[in-house]
Amino acid sequence: MTRWIAFWSIVAKDMRTYYLKPPNISWGLIFPVAWTGMFFIRSGAGMETVLSLLPGVVAVSILFGTTSMLSVTITFEKSNRSFDRLLLAPISLELLMLAKTTGAILFGVANAFVPIILAAFLTDLSQVTWAAVLPAFGLIAVASTFLGLFIAVSVSQVFEAQTFSNFFRFPMIFLCGLFFPIAHLPVFLRPLSYALPLTYGVDILHGSIHTASVLPPVLDFSVLAAFCMGLFALSLYNVRRKWIV
Amino acid sequence: MGLDPVPAVEVGDLTKRFDNLTAVDGISFSITQGEVFGLLGPNGAGKTTTINMLTGLARPDSGTIRIGGVDCTTDPKAAQHLTGVVPDESNLYPELSGFENLAFCAALYGMRKAARETRARDLLSTFGLEDAANRKFGGYSKGMKRKLTIAAGIIHQPSILFLDEPTTGIDVATARQIRQLIADLHRSGTTILLTTHYIEEAERLCERIAFLVSGRIVRNDTVAELMQPIKGRHLMLLSVSDGGPSLCEGLAVAFDRLHFHALPGGQIRVESSEPIRVGLLVRFLEDRGVEVSEARRLRPSLEEVFVQVTGLEAEAMRKEKEKAGGGR
Repeated sequence: MTRWIAFWSIVAKDMRTYYLKPPNISWGLIFPVAWTGMFFIRSGAGMETVLSLLPGVVAVSILFGTTSMLSVTITFEKSNRSFDRLLLAPISLELLMLAKTTGAILFGVANAFVPIILAAFLTDLSQVTWAAVLPAFGLIAVASTFLGLFIAVSVSQVFEAQTFSNFFRFPMIFLCGLFFPIAHLPVFLRPLSYALPLTYGVDILHGSIHTASVLPPVLDFSVLAAFCMGLFALSLYNVRRKWIV
Repeated sequence: MGLDPVPAVEVGDLTKRFDNLTAVDGISFSITQGEVFGLLGPNGAGKTTTINMLTGLARPDSGTIRIGGVDCTTDPKAAQHLTGVVPDESNLYPELSGFENLAFCAALYGMRKAARETRARDLLSTFGLEDAANRKFGGYSKGMKRKLTIAAGIIHQPSILFLDEPTTGIDVATARQIRQLIADLHRSGTTILLTTHYIEEAERLCERIAFLVSGRIVRNDTVAELMQPIKGRHLMLLSVSDGGPSLCEGLAVAFDRLHFHALPGGQIRVESSEPIRVGLLVRFLEDRGVEVSEARRLRPSLEEVFVQVTGLEAEAMRKEKEKAGGGR
């Protein structure tokens, strides 16, 4: 029981201190809206393209929402030593890092709903398979958050976290099949696409929003879950190796 | 109160290296339950590294750590519920208020909402911070930050408290208040490991002290035992117009039972195993045209022992620390 009190206190503090601040809420709203508008206008097509754009916009919203906040907040807390306060608490490192990432995961899931709500006004969402979309939101948010955690524990300064985040995020936008199908990429880039977690999340969304997936959903979910576990384990390893020296 | 036979802290042959530097070099000590134990040494002696290893913020290269009888060498989490830590620099959240910081720290130790809020209010009152309870920690003065950091370290009423340089860089009044609090915690049975570079602070607060120099413990004993060699010694400090070594040589010839040491700034330190007759000394110096502006008796202190044992000048140690931002 006592460890859960610590867990929820960390989540609640992070939500209040970082994620529910007006600048972050506006970032969570403006960013997906801007991406939706940009690709909608670029496509030059009518409302029928909204469904095909939606998976990419949702995935980008989650990716940017989670990685931006988490990598910066953890790096900031580490540099001002307040993270040491958490390391001194009698809770396991696994639970501590889960507490630190839960706020970002919830923030990422909330971000995913912004383009969905906007799309609901523009097109018919009745064909969407929500039973697959909703777990996909969660899993993409977890994978993106753990990617942010991996970035945070790999750097020591806030500006490094920003730079390192972009090193992963921007190539991902073009390689994960968000807006261009992977089949349209040059052959030598395709293996790289399948080495990125977001590819599998986007594939689930494509399949469940406009029935255009490449891989079976079970495989997508399994690989995405494996990425989540791998990134989390790698981050814990890095915390132990670099922060408890 | 009977002492528990299990030491509160037991450290064996603890070593920590950073690349080519051996920060802590095979130190061993134990602290009995309810004791105030001091680690005294200059900057870079390995005090903070030792505390970091004991609290789980650093991993020892070799050696053993037992806290409250629990082996924490490879699993520092095993005894973290027993310990409270006050680091040398405040590590609370600048964006949270004083009250929120304390309540949050209490929650990290699993305290329920009502209990942690009551405890937070009590500590804010104890430290005279009630008026600043709802102000953001980032806006606190240095002394207020120090007090709240100490309050956060004891919020869960730990049986063992690690205090790293608790009074460095704060004003005299706050330092006095903190020392009083440490004494109160000791009276209530809390085991305290205190690191400091203030010798007089260690002497006043600690029951046992280890001198730590370049990662090694050069002496570890009770204050009474440490003071034994200088017990019954008489000391005096003379401020003179010309206190060079030749003057000391002349004084040594005239007063063969006294020992004279020329100090920087025109001062002469006089040591003796019997009471020093000031009048004779002053007259002798004035007859030779040396003006004596001050003659001050000194209380034999731990500083003498520290200087003797470590070969380090206490004043230099203090200045070094103050230069690094720890002025008091």
